[in-house]
Amino acid sequence: MRGFVPSYELISPATLDDALDSLAGGGKWKPFAGCTDLMVLVEAGKLPHKNYVNIWNLKELRGIGVSNEQITLGALTTYTEVQANRVLREEFPMLYQAAKETGGIAIQNRGTLGGNIVNASPAADSPPALLAYDAEIELISKEGERRIPYSRFHLGYKQMDIRQNELLRAIRLQRSAKPITHYYRKVGTRKAQAISKVCFAAIGRLSEKKIAEIRIALGSVAPIPIRCVRTESALLGEPITSRTLAAARAALAAEISPIDDLRSTKDYRLSVSLNLLEDFLTRLS
Amino acid sequence: MVKTEISCIVNDKPRTLLAYPMERLLDVLREQLHLTGTKEGCGEGECGACTVIIDGQIVNSCLVPVAQVAGSSIKTIEGIALNEIQLHEVQKAFVECGGGQCGICTPGMVLAAVSLLEKNSQPTEADIREALAGNLCRCTGYMKIFESVFRACRA
Repeated sequence: MRGFVPSYELISPATLDDALDSLAGGGKWKPFAGCTDLMVLVEAGKLPHKNYVNIWNLKELRGIGVSNEQITLGALTTYTEVQANRVLREEFPMLYQAAKETGGIAIQNRGTLGGNIVNASPAADSPPALLAYDAEIELISKEGERRIPYSRFHLGYKQMDIRQNELLRAIRLQRSAKPITHYYRKVGTRKAQAISKVCFAAIGRLSEKKIAEIRIALGSVAPIPIRCVRTESALLGEPITSRTLAAARAALAAEISPIDDLRSTKDYRLSVSLNLLEDFLTRLS
Repeated sequence: MVKTEISCIVNDKPRTLLAYPMERLLDVLREQLHLTGTKEGCGEGECGACTVIIDGQIVNSCLVPVAQVAGSSIKTIEGIALNEIQLHEVQKAFVECGGGQCGICTPGMVLAAVSLLEKNSQPTEADIREALAGNLCRCTGYMKIFESVFRACRA
């Protein structure tokens, strides 16, 4: 049944400070940004919480800042804005690709990176890329700001290290001059508009034929977008041989926990994840 | 919650809407302004039938709470023709190529194509396919739609 629209409150504070004031009110208010997920729940009558703060128009949460060391993405950066940014396209191509493969253009114009993170869908496409790039996130409240590695943000299914009074303000990516291999694959039912069955993002770098740097993250194969640190440990410092491949496959199979659901099966997701890992390592070597 | 006034521009005319802030832009356009060219297909952002242009960007109006368009400029299919007798190139091409069948997806397809041409006057075939990927046609008349947009690009 459709949600009853008059039962919802949606206030539009003029500044970030005013928005944080509302959020400090003991959990009565929650943020509402690009709405591409929440409005679906409103329409379906599946959004029980009623009081929202419209943050869509807050300039303090917008914009992409580039310095020599890092890129700072405001939480309200849309998928369209990600694609339009030259530095992101060249240095963080997996994020560019995730933005390009999420929804259609109308969704990309409205959906935000911050929303993709805090909506915490295990099937979201930008989190694996952000995890593989070892992004840092910045949270802000009336009490101040704190920064944490994004890899520590997702704690369990839709459970995150964010307090009721906090907003995600920005996402930071460290720039690197080292020659890195980027590998991003979204596997869906069709080319456009699909929701992932498996999403695989990894970066790697060899030095003297051994893996000197590696980060691997997957979507849709665990209750959270998962950074696969045990698989990384099985690979770091190793040459890429058939033995290493076998050890890495075993580590990844133990680390992810795919399930059967409406979009795919446990078996398919597991096979595809392992094959993508192997394909990535083959390209790396 | 009470209704509030929301000022915006719709098809180049200033409008003041009176609505609940969480009302869908789609419903306000159709029911309050009687701009029924904007259609509802899925109501969950999958089909693109409710596409409108806000501040130069296409959006699914079923996913936009009306409070978020305060101060914005909105274009609907009713605002695309050049005047009362002259259609937009994209609309002309749809008529000439038979790009419309049942008509539910047509306004969204036209707006997606208009938006594409505003950003890229010489799109490739791949660009056109990508621009229309968020718009579904229940009649599956995709080839005629594609040909219409292709013709409009070459006009």
